[in-house]
Amino acid sequence: MSATSAQQRQQILHLWANGSSLDSGVVAWAFHDGTDGCGPAVPDASPPYTTGVDALRDGWMLLQSSQLIPPLPTHEHLNSYLEYEFVFERRFTIDSPLQEVHP
Amino acid sequence: MGSGGRGTAWQTRPMTVDHRLTTRQMASFVTNGFIRFDAIVPADLNERAIDEMRRLEAERFAPDGLKPPHTGTPLDECYPAPSAIGEYLRLPQIRGIVESFVGPDPTFDHDWTHHVQPHATYVQPLHVDAITDSDDLTFDVQLFWYPHDVAPGEGGTRFVPGSHLRRVRSSGLDRYQHIAGEQQFAGPAGTVVVFHHGLWHAGQPNPGDRDRWMHKVRLNPTVPQVRHWNTDDLPDLQNPPSDHIFARILPDSVAQIFRTMHPWMSITDYRNEQVQRARLWRYLTGDTTYDVDHYLTRLEGRAALVDT
Repeated sequence: MSATSAQQRQQILHLWANGSSLDSGVVAWAFHDGTDGCGPAVPDASPPYTTGVDALRDGWMLLQSSQLIPPLPTHEHLNSYLEYEFVFERRFTIDSPLQEVHP
Repeated sequence: MGSGGRGTAWQTRPMTVDHRLTTRQMASFVTNGFIRFDAIVPADLNERAIDEMRRLEAERFAPDGLKPPHTGTPLDECYPAPSAIGEYLRLPQIRGIVESFVGPDPTFDHDWTHHVQPHATYVQPLHVDAITDSDDLTFDVQLFWYPHDVAPGEGGTRFVPGSHLRRVRSSGLDRYQHIAGEQQFAGPAGTVVVFHHGLWHAGQPNPGDRDRWMHKVRLNPTVPQVRHWNTDDLPDLQNPPSDHIFARILPDSVAQIFRTMHPWMSITDYRNEQVQRARLWRYLTGDTTYDVDHYLTRLEGRAALVDT
């Protein structure tokens, strides 16, 4: 029987919206699972939440949102990366095998 | 035109089919960054091509065997006969499409055989090929040729319509796992999808039981890319610069096609895209006053007041 310890693991959700507000519509998303599948997943086929606020209501904690950066002169009409990015986390406590500690 | 007793040129002139694109198709490409032609390559050629793609994959870097053309080779000289890939590149339908975008004498940039084994799980991140572009309006085309059927869900190329005119670094796109409105190719054997070189795209896993093959070739223009398509319908579709969604519009025009808003765009993205589409259309048509929804004309008119 192997020894285990309780460990906090993080899930990260990126949402990109079509406006700078947390209640703007979600247009892109990405999910990274530090729990190795022990925590709940998010769907692949459609946005998991309609807005960032919906993610908050489902237990996600906001870590970061994009700064609003004015365009550089002559770049006013150039698009680049998706502009309005919100990063969320949620944490789960899982049992993981104890690591052997070497002196 | 009358018939009568005069020389009837239509009876004696050899019948040739113009395979160049229409203005409507070109405007769609400018808007979406791609255009697809389902089952445009004949079945027997598709079947022979898979064997040749297999050889090219195996022998490209081997001491001997089948090699791709040198970069810069005129398209007409690529893969001389007998070659299924060369036969495909010289199909009149393909040449008409290619000519519409990059003129009659493009050169070979590079090609690649994309081969994904059955049950392969690697998810290629979203990317653009090569490096971040300079800000001129010229463009290359990339032809994606699918020589066998790709069923929905079988993992054909993923791409994001309307992403081609953005200025990004390729690696910066890695984080976008899902974008609303993105597509994943599915279609019949012999389908060719033409990409603007800036379109965001990625290879996908192959959940099926058979090998998946695709041939991609990038072509460079050697002349300005101005009015190489069949422009017979251009006078009817070319809207005047006054065409403005908040004033008056022509109901059927290039501007109407440029008003396509993709589901992943913010309103600012969308308006900026309209500006970029209008700029590209100015280059393609040689019409330096072209505009959609007054964005460029408004700014240019005010700037002229300062300059004088």
